[in-house]
Amino acid sequence: MTESSVPARLSATVEKTLGKLHLSAHLHVGRELLTIIGPNGSGKTSLLLSLLGLWRPDRGRIVLDNRVLFDSNVPLDCPTEQRGFAYVPQDQALFPHLSALANVEFALTCRQPGLCRAERRHHAFGFLDRMDAASLASRPPASLSGGERQRVAIARALAAHPKALLCDEPFSALSPNVRAEVRGRLAECAEALAVPTLLVTHDRTDVAALAGRVAVMEMGQIVACGSFDELSADPPTPYVTHFVGSG
Amino acid sequence: MTRAVGAGALGRRLFALTMTLLAAGLGSFILLPLLALFTHGGPLSLLRGLGHPVALPALWLSLATTVTALVIVVIGGTPLAWHLARTSGRLSRWLETTLQLPMVMPPSVAGIALLLAFGRQGVLGTPLHSLGWSFAFSSMAVVMAQVFVSSPFYLQAALVAFRRLDANLLAVARSFGASPARIFFAVALPLARPALLAGAATAWARALGEFGATLMFAGNVAGKTQTLPLAIYAALETDLRAAQTLSVLLVLIAFALLLAVRGRATVVGRSSPLEKARS
Repeated sequence: MTESSVPARLSATVEKTLGKLHLSAHLHVGRELLTIIGPNGSGKTSLLLSLLGLWRPDRGRIVLDNRVLFDSNVPLDCPTEQRGFAYVPQDQALFPHLSALANVEFALTCRQPGLCRAERRHHAFGFLDRMDAASLASRPPASLSGGERQRVAIARALAAHPKALLCDEPFSALSPNVRAEVRGRLAECAEALAVPTLLVTHDRTDVAALAGRVAVMEMGQIVACGSFDELSADPPTPYVTHFVGSG
Repeated sequence: MTRAVGAGALGRRLFALTMTLLAAGLGSFILLPLLALFTHGGPLSLLRGLGHPVALPALWLSLATTVTALVIVVIGGTPLAWHLARTSGRLSRWLETTLQLPMVMPPSVAGIALLLAFGRQGVLGTPLHSLGWSFAFSSMAVVMAQVFVSSPFYLQAALVAFRRLDANLLAVARSFGASPARIFFAVALPLARPALLAGAATAWARALGEFGATLMFAGNVAGKTQTLPLAIYAALETDLRAAQTLSVLLVLIAFALLLAVRGRATVVGRSSPLEKARS
């Protein structure tokens, strides 16, 4: 459903029945930022969790960078820690017992265990700096504002050197000004990282600002995919009509 | 109008008085024996009680065996609780309930169960005895009884602590490629530490006070299996002063542990919609 004009780095077919929801999504994402929108309960988070390997699909196949992560026919189910994603949940999930810098160092050493302490700190500072969060390095998460926490969370996800970035409503708790700033930073970093980036949002301004493809999920399926302008010009469902007109 | 206001005020006073009397009744009932334990006979009498021949050996044996039991409980109980907290099958729920049984089991039943399992004619005791190993009525039996009765207290605290960890934290760590060992040591353990310490202190206090199972499984041999509670029981027949001194010692240690528990009992973590995502 989400055929990209560029070769797919992430390709997934996921089917899973979760109570009343029957998730049946087909996804092809290149080195791009794909925004996923949809009403509550449409299966957006379930799709991300299935890609991450935290929920096992009933049927399907997930391929990232030509590596099969999941295939119900083989069967093959690669553990979450070996899939190569980085996950940014809605609540940021910063480790509360670690400083901002130590949070980034944690992610850094997961995929680069050989780094010495000095290198680790140097790189971690670099990732924080990219998100304009270097001054927060020594602060514990509890002392950070929502926007600061989100900047650290994104820096930490980038430090994990992901092959794909999965963000579940990362800006939902932020004020409009902070939201725009953090969104801009994330878009810059995602472009520099050049990996498939999936971003779930409920916000029209996010979709309009993140000039990329938009996938619409309803009732567990991706029912439409296109640019924001295309979806605005010809809304495929009543939800999209309401969504594009909500700003 | 005035009569209604007066009746309301009277009702409030009556309620306050009833609550105070009930609270004071139970509070006094608990405090009075503790007060009597510390004041009866005076401080000199208490100090003289320490000279009783069973006092110091029992104190050292209690400390040595309970510390050993605590180490065993923590080293085995932490991974057990971690495993149980991350599984949700019927078998694990059944196992969890069964492992809590020693908490509510009468101590004499615990003693019989240990004898039937590890005694010379027990399920495991018979083959072990033929190999030259015998646990019953030894200092090791004291440790085993303490581990048996105290481990549920630590397990319960550790289970709650691990279950309350934010599943998003674990999910994020896994997505970064953190190994299960790294997640356990670098994320779960530090976050659960306050609750684990509180559980360990409670388990230690329970082990210190253990009496019935120890008496039945390990006996009451001075210097070998006679812990503080058993020494109190033995001294009661000959020297009430010594029994009182040993009791004061036990209460002081338990009080210190309780204070530590209250200081450390910080609830860490929060629930998350990702609870089911744990695996």
